[in-house]
Amino acid sequence: MSNETAGSTTAATPPADTQWDLWEVFTQEGEGAPHEHAGSVHATTAEHAMQNARDVYARRGKVVSLWVVPTTAIIASAPSDAGPLFDPANDKAYRHPQFYKVPRGVRGM
Amino acid sequence: MTAGKRKTGDGNGASADWVAGARPSTATSGISDNPFFEHLLRLGDDRLVLGHRLSEWCGHAPILEEDIALANIALDLIGQASLLLKLAGEVEGKGRSEDALAYFRDAIEFRNAQLVELPNGDFAMTIVRQFLFDAWDVLMLERLAAATNKTLAGIAAKALKEARYHLRHSAEWMRMLGDGTPESHRRAQRALDDLWPYTAELFITDDVDRQAAAAGSGVDVETLRDSWRESVTRVIVEATLAIPKDGFAPRGGRTGRHTEHLGRMLADMQSLARAHPGASW
Amino acid sequence: MTDKNLPASQQVGGTATAEEAARVAEFEARIAQGESIEPKDWMPERYRKQLIRMMSQHAHSEIVGMLPEGNWITRAPSLRRKMVLLAKVQDEAGHGLYIYCGTETLGVDREELVDQLLTGKAKYSSIFNYPTLTWADIGVIGWFVDGAAIVNQTMLAKASFGPYARAMVRICKEENFHKKQGYESVATLANGTPEQHAMVQDAVNRWWWPSLMMFGPSDKDSPNSAELMRWRVKRDSNDTLRQRFVDLTVPQARAVNLTLPDPDLRHDEASGHWLFGEIDWKEFHEVISGNGPCNRERLAARRKAHDDGAWVRDAAEAYAAKRRADASAA
Repeated sequence: MSNETAGSTTAATPPADTQWDLWEVFTQEGEGAPHEHAGSVHATTAEHAMQNARDVYARRGKVVSLWVVPTTAIIASAPSDAGPLFDPANDKAYRHPQFYKVPRGVRGM
Repeated sequence: MTAGKRKTGDGNGASADWVAGARPSTATSGISDNPFFEHLLRLGDDRLVLGHRLSEWCGHAPILEEDIALANIALDLIGQASLLLKLAGEVEGKGRSEDALAYFRDAIEFRNAQLVELPNGDFAMTIVRQFLFDAWDVLMLERLAAATNKTLAGIAAKALKEARYHLRHSAEWMRMLGDGTPESHRRAQRALDDLWPYTAELFITDDVDRQAAAAGSGVDVETLRDSWRESVTRVIVEATLAIPKDGFAPRGGRTGRHTEHLGRMLADMQSLARAHPGASW
Repeated sequence: MTDKNLPASQQVGGTATAEEAARVAEFEARIAQGESIEPKDWMPERYRKQLIRMMSQHAHSEIVGMLPEGNWITRAPSLRRKMVLLAKVQDEAGHGLYIYCGTETLGVDREELVDQLLTGKAKYSSIFNYPTLTWADIGVIGWFVDGAAIVNQTMLAKASFGPYARAMVRICKEENFHKKQGYESVATLANGTPEQHAMVQDAVNRWWWPSLMMFGPSDKDSPNSAELMRWRVKRDSNDTLRQRFVDLTVPQARAVNLTLPDPDLRHDEASGHWLFGEIDWKEFHEVISGNGPCNRERLAARRKAHDDGAWVRDAAEAYAAKRRADASAA
């Protein structure tokens, strides 16, 4: 066994290797619930990603549906866009039910 | 693995009848006179031994995701084994628990097929062994889910869901290895050639099978052969691999005649329990 | 030269412009308000580097930690213990995976992280460089090591970096059974045959001090602490966490008639704490610099798994490439 200590290095460039592509996993925990982001897995094909996602995120049995998406397929809003994208929605109170006054005691409102 | 290639078949593709050691009917074979007990031991031991073999990969798999996947399958199999051996002990009626059966029987008393006791070898060997077993397991469990014995039927119904998932995993890996790189193809083909002979034992119906089947809780395993061949052939072809020829066909596991590998495996598995007989853990 | 108690913007010799100083101040204000930092948010380069270091070290520890426990899977003495141990080690693989994936959001590939571990560039928790010599070690690891990890992880579930905190929440949920099954095994052995009791007492004697060392050196000797606390990736000092662990664990040991190998251990009525003896930091430093009992074996095992598995990983890639080619030709 070679006498390596922590901090020793091997050749400058390690051989090209792959831990496979990154996929994002979304799980649905119960009928009618929304799919939520659970985390990521590494995999090659979609079938492979589905199996890995199931083993990593669904083996505790509360999951009823799984989505897997290549990480590169996700388009995300940039934090710098957050103002223009999201703030205007915050002051449109007429979109919220609490804005409206209805007579007391009326059912179904 | 050093299986010799003695061809004693009739050349028509029927499996050769080469048995290591004495025939099942001799007194020293240790076969009990309780066919249902024997039948349950076979089912339980297959899963215990295969689950144990898979657990040897934990921490050493090719990639993290496979450490998790193989552990998953191992856990399912050991869980099934635990339930089956518990039922076996009850059927035997001599007060032996699943642990007593798992840890305090010698190799010659085990009833698993030889296929599952073979060493893991490389990842291709492990996957091919798993695939050949899973394809058979699904067919077995489909029948056993309708067993007259309700406990066995319940165990089988749950195990069937697990087995279908195991097959999905091993079949996909067959394709990935067979139709991957030249190296993976070569390793997969070698594994298939080496393991194929050991599948014959899975389809030999004997008296224990007949009696268990007659009682409504067993399977005439010979009747599974054609479906099994069809389903494994499909995947093997998709994997661009060649189906090995039938010929040499070792058997004996069902009656306690194992390869030398089982004894060494059990020496590891049982050593601690046997060092403290009677202790609780 | 950097003073760890000053924010990045005020470092002597740093190249911070006024604009950068403002961004750092805004960043630190967000954290102070309890906001989560997400991968695409602006962050000081130092924050990114520290998080990558902390998270990858944590992930490496989970993976290497599979080995000392995995050592006893094949010899587990009952089917139930076999399944429990296998499930625990499987969880550890999963935890490493969650944290590696969280680290990847910071712009580093898992290949790079794996390479850092295998070439000895990266650190992992010192505790996993000790050997598991008996079955009792398995129970004691669950009780002490997972117990110590839980003390640490509960704090990290509120870490400022979103992906790390979320991974920790998932881990904390799963971790609960790890400690419990360990203590249950310890209790069974302690109340078992004389041989079993001796076995578990011996395991306790060997794992106690290394477990205390898991919390790291006293904070006065720990250069990163102040900055990490300001960035809310560390909440309590190493000494505070260590004391919390001792206070929890001493009564648990007494409850099963096991002694801890510390003649100086005593209860202080005034503070309510269990005071303990001096830790041998020389041993700690030897172990983390690569000279512990099992460092070489642990890395050798991981390297072997990685090297032996290369053709498998390549095969999966090659297969996927062929299927993509089929799809585009179709």
